[in-house]
Amino acid sequence: MDYIDYYKILGIDKNAGADDIKKAYRKLARKLHPDLNPNDKEAHKKFQQVNEANEVLSDPEKRKKYDQYGKDWQHAEHFEQQRRSGGRRQQTGAQDFSGFEEHDFSSFFESMFGQGGGRQQAKFRGQDYQAELKLSLEGAMTTHQQVLTVNGKNIRITIPAGVENGQVIKLKGYGAPGVNGGPNGDLYITFNIMPHPVFKRLGNDLYMTANIDLYTALLGGEKTIDTLSGKVKLTVKPETQAGIKIRLKGKGFPVYKKEGEHGDLYITYQVQLPEKLTEKEKALFTELKNLK
Amino acid sequence: MQTDEMILVNEFCTHHQIDISFVRSLQQSGLIEIIQTKEAICVHRDQLPELEKMARLYYDMDINMEGIETITYLLNRMNAMQQEIIKLNDRLQIYEENEE
Repeated sequence: MDYIDYYKILGIDKNAGADDIKKAYRKLARKLHPDLNPNDKEAHKKFQQVNEANEVLSDPEKRKKYDQYGKDWQHAEHFEQQRRSGGRRQQTGAQDFSGFEEHDFSSFFESMFGQGGGRQQAKFRGQDYQAELKLSLEGAMTTHQQVLTVNGKNIRITIPAGVENGQVIKLKGYGAPGVNGGPNGDLYITFNIMPHPVFKRLGNDLYMTANIDLYTALLGGEKTIDTLSGKVKLTVKPETQAGIKIRLKGKGFPVYKKEGEHGDLYITYQVQLPEKLTEKEKALFTELKNLK
Repeated sequence: MQTDEMILVNEFCTHHQIDISFVRSLQQSGLIEIIQTKEAICVHRDQLPELEKMARLYYDMDINMEGIETITYLLNRMNAMQQEIIKLNDRLQIYEENEE
């Protein structure tokens, strides 16, 4: 556990007054606060340090203790029991809504001021939780139930077919418990749909590449392909060009929360040329070439 | 509308020690919706995280109402752009696959 220089964190000198501290805190909060930097873990981490520095330096008692023991904090006497029990703190205007949990303070802070030292008694809504759920493309195709474990609690959720990559759903009240009787936070689940080796998804449409041999491409024929909903036999028209795209209506991805509706499947034909030609084949291709 | 989905504005303001005029100003700016019932004024539970966030911006960070409006607009745009990036990445995969 290292000593933390709260003055350095706020960019102020040791003689800074209450107004300077407030000003420095607000300036940094406007830059680093998680509300202004959603999904930025680095900013969140830095803001925790700023918040902690402000928590200590804006409270005259805490600041006195911090200044008194400073780098010798490990030898500091135990702070008064009264402080540890967390009496209503002075209004510094710094953290009334932060919703941080105790572990958002550093070990250094907790060692010096006790866990939760200085938290106020008003009711707070619990913190929102963010979770990520990985799904295969096949998994996102059907409505199914899944059990998630969030902070040791099992939650069964129904995942509707057609859920999008990056889509977020909210489960009310499944976040952190409220403080002092406040309501629970919410749980936000972001779906992360894994790339599929064959199919690419764009909205409700699916895209794939199918290989056909030269002779089928030239003369036409049939080609059976595996779609996500089963095998489909395709009729390949004579003189099908490489790279041509065909559409199979309704063979794409299910439309989110619209039962029975599907997007389309787009198939790009890739023509495979024959390899290791025999002498006879070469002669026949040459004959063909000379015909033109 | 279910009453357990509603948060009393007075209660919210008391808990957070903020002035009710702040919530009124947010409503006037179109940033939150206030529901007037027979007995009291309320906000829907879904709006609580936004309301708390705006209170933090105003009281903790000393950002005025015009600043809150601008930040809210920009954060919404940022969120939309993040969603767009996810979609574009998905689209890009199709072309990358075709190039291979």
